[in-house]
Amino acid sequence: MSTPTATATNSKLDSKCPSGPLADRWEKHRFDLKLVNPANRRKFHVLVVGTGLAGASAASSLAELGYSVSAFCIQDSPRRAHSIAAQGGINAAKNYQNDGDSVHRLFYDTIKGGDFRARESNVHRLAEVSVNIIDQCVALGVPFAREYGGLLANRSFGGAQVSRTFYARGQTGQQLLLGAYSGLMRQVGEGKVKLYARHEMLDLVVIDGIARGIVCRNLITGEIKSYAGDAVLLCTGGYGNVFYLSTNAKACNVTAAWRAHKRGALFANPCYTQIHPTCIPVSGSHQSKLTLMSESLRNDGRVWVPKAGDESRSPDQVPDEERDYYLERKYPSFGNLSPRDISSRAAKQVCDEGRGVGGSKMSVYLDFRDAIVRDGVDAIRARYGNLFQMYERITGEDPYRVPMRIYPAVHYTMGGVWVDYNLESTIPGLFVLGEANFSDHGANRLGASALMQGLADGYFVIPYTIASHLAGRKFGKVTAEHAEFRRVEQEVRERIERLKNASGKRSPDSFHRELGLLMWDKCGMARNAGGLRQAIGRVRELREQYWQDVKIPGDAANLNNALEHAGRVADFFELAELMCMDALDRNESCGGHFREEFQTPDGEAKRDDANYCYAGAWEVDASASSLAWKLHKEPLVFENVKLAERSYK
Amino acid sequence: MSSSHDTHAAHGAASTHGAHAEKKSLRLTLHVWRQRDPNAEGKFATYKLDDVSPDMSFLEMLDVLNERLIAGGEEAIAFDHDCREGICGACSLTINGQPHGFERETTTCQIHMRRFEDGQTIYIEPFRANAFPVVKDLVVDRSAFDRIIAAGGFITARAGSAPDANALPIPQVAADAAMDAAACIGCGACVASCKNASAMLFVSAKVSHLALLPQGQAERNSRVLAMVEQMDKEGFGNCTNESECEAACPKGISVSNIARLNREYLRALASSD
Ligand SMILES: Cc1cc2nc3c(=O)[nH]c(=O)nc-3n(C[C@H](O)[C@H](O)[C@H](O)COP(=O)(O)OP(=O)(O)OC[C@H]3O[C@@H](n4cnc5c(N)ncnc54)[C@H](O)[C@@H]3O)c2cc1C
Ligand code: SF4
Ligand code: FES
Repeated sequence: MSTPTATATNSKLDSKCPSGPLADRWEKHRFDLKLVNPANRRKFHVLVVGTGLAGASAASSLAELGYSVSAFCIQDSPRRAHSIAAQGGINAAKNYQNDGDSVHRLFYDTIKGGDFRARESNVHRLAEVSVNIIDQCVALGVPFAREYGGLLANRSFGGAQVSRTFYARGQTGQQLLLGAYSGLMRQVGEGKVKLYARHEMLDLVVIDGIARGIVCRNLITGEIKSYAGDAVLLCTGGYGNVFYLSTNAKACNVTAAWRAHKRGALFANPCYTQIHPTCIPVSGSHQSKLTLMSESLRNDGRVWVPKAGDESRSPDQVPDEERDYYLERKYPSFGNLSPRDISSRAAKQVCDEGRGVGGSKMSVYLDFRDAIVRDGVDAIRARYGNLFQMYERITGEDPYRVPMRIYPAVHYTMGGVWVDYNLESTIPGLFVLGEANFSDHGANRLGASALMQGLADGYFVIPYTIASHLAGRKFGKVTAEHAEFRRVEQEVRERIERLKNASGKRSPDSFHRELGLLMWDKCGMARNAGGLRQAIGRVRELREQYWQDVKIPGDAANLNNALEHAGRVADFFELAELMCMDALDRNESCGGHFREEFQTPDGEAKRDDANYCYAGAWEVDASASSLAWKLHKEPLVFENVKLAERSYK
Repeated sequence: MSSSHDTHAAHGAASTHGAHAEKKSLRLTLHVWRQRDPNAEGKFATYKLDDVSPDMSFLEMLDVLNERLIAGGEEAIAFDHDCREGICGACSLTINGQPHGFERETTTCQIHMRRFEDGQTIYIEPFRANAFPVVKDLVVDRSAFDRIIAAGGFITARAGSAPDANALPIPQVAADAAMDAAACIGCGACVASCKNASAMLFVSAKVSHLALLPQGQAERNSRVLAMVEQMDKEGFGNCTNESECEAACPKGISVSNIARLNREYLRALASSD
């Protein structure tokens, strides 16, 4: 195969980050932004694609401001977006616990947690508005956990040394989404938002260089239809399902973001994927998704594997001195609470050494024996009863008696569509919010920070920054009758036809599984140049095979799950190549990106700030005969924090 | 190079739990509701599976069947699902006559095949209710629930206008009670299990959640009136206190919420004139 090449070009990326003292930048920027006259707002039509936390908060806030909004989602109801599944909590720098938290500390923790690969200005803004998010959610009726006295409760989460995480039992995402959803439905009821459920965006329409609308497939009738607007907001979530097995909901996909990418939006840092350390391991070839076990379990559970590789005794028969509590051993100050990327990699390492447990030898123990002795079984039940029950339901094993078995799984994607400080992509008029953009988490996201970012973007950033486009540029009205819409619709139809007519032998799902395995193996928790090159070759072969050999029975003019899936898998195949290219370009290890060639003697990630302190943003090379990309580099400048080794020892 | 968990998945070893002996796979007969579209007539189709791993989830069992159908050139069975962990409320199958099957406080997607017997026959239908028309096969239209929420299931709070979150302490018992009601996933099993196809449990859960919180007081009366009005418009039936809804509810929403809804409704009527 040919070796992949990336042409590095000088950055033409303008982040539009304000200058001046960090803490004043957002304030200053908001003042500098133009305003849209209230009387004019209803003349602007904003298309919001996705109704998770980012989309629902954006659509309801913009409608509240007076804009005409249309909102689209794949599920039968906005309430079912993937955000619903978040368990652990949401961060905010409220410092209600008086334990030393502050906006600056949340900013610093996020920058450091992201392994110094995110923009200072964005992250600081996120920390600033975090406090407003909690106020807003409480006002909407989100039943956060409370102390006896009636004040909000907090917990420490994902290795943070302050208690800044707000939660609603183990259902924080559900309660936040239902809050945002209720606000959205209020606007729907008042006629200010038009809702299109079971509609999938299949392409972006760009006219005179500006995003002017989308083309959707009505998933019930199969109808292909255009929607024109004055701005398009993609709030379409992350692309973790490129790995097939992940903790993401089954419908999570990259299609909307990828179609925008193919129309010119740069895609940044695709190789940054987060692997969550505590998931229920794979049980067989039928496995369709992986289930996360809340990280909070690591507060009381101890992670271990046997010291010897050929251990055959049941776990309770292995004496303490023959157990390797490897996180406690390697990271004495953080121990079982070490950050996600570090804990995940450590689990992989011991399994690769042959010391994994379970039939597949691809899991490690999370043991509550000592906590049960210390606090009593009732205390443990009170803390984790639901989780233990969920575990038992899935595995058939009782974690009160037998240690849980866990293994890392793909969980979140830090990469995404490149956006500037206004959350605008490189296509004017196209904004990207939530997990779909690349903006705030650098190379690794801290626990409980994704919910925060989604709501920050939707409630507190886009309502201001959208004016940079609507009031800041001059553009006329277009309708869906414009010829460009007809042309894009035609392309969408042809794509569907091609998939439908392939008349091959294999289901989209079987291809998706094969792609997922390949990506997990070569572009998962650890990567190396040789493996990545191989993967790129294999992805291209598989992709070609896919278009020949996929088989989709049924009708395109009717609900057809296999056809929906097929389109998403086709886009995953292209994304997969770019992820490997990006991982190959980045000759360093940082956050969720671990290159085996770049590690310290004791196996820790070795960052290379001299050469890789940039966001890598990829542009489709339109002049190339086959799919190819050009790399643009946005240098990351750190004026307020000192680049330091991220040590958790 | 390193191996990965999937080397095992790829080769598809059957049961792999170290602590367990090899589990026997199950043979099953499935009768599945097939209906081309809302206007077509539906009927049961029969499928036999003879290699179902007890570790599979119920939906994974259907995945396997669908793969087989596609390989044979038949259209896959349509069913709603997304999170596959009991929280999104998408999955909605009636299994042997019971919405979400026979396990208490369990959604369809959380059922595992180890709970079934070798040789068993299973009937799989959509959630049945007039207000939930069948879209295709096992997929129904539950948008009536969205319209009920749009009518009043919210607290009006504009972004930017909220006071500090701790300005209004809420007693823990009230917050917990609100959370109990707020746990509803909007699946519709309550409606499907009710002989009157009443939506009272769903509506009462939202009314209770918001009425129990101080933030919800301003719209307390208008909310319950508007939601009940919309519920009636959507063609849901009346509640005759059968409590089937509570038994079917995967989230343990209590029928005591229905009593609260009735009180809230009367209270609102009394204060509206
Ligand atoms: C199991 C799990 C637990 C988690 N727990 C936490 C936690 O405790 N704390 C935390 O901070 N984060 C957590 N996360 C991460 C967090 O939940 C997500 O990052 C976040 O919810 C993403 O929100 P979003 O609004 O960006 O996208 P999503 O909620 O994924 O919404 C995407 C929306 O886009 C729509 N969509 C997608 N494609 C299209 C298309 N082509 N056309 C039309 N619509 C489309 C979908 O229908 C949906 O409405 C967790 C994630 C997982 C998987
Ligand atoms: S009340 Fe229970 S059964 Fe009814 S929609 Fe809510 S969760 Fe489902
Ligand atoms: S698929 Fe989400 S609750 Fe069953």
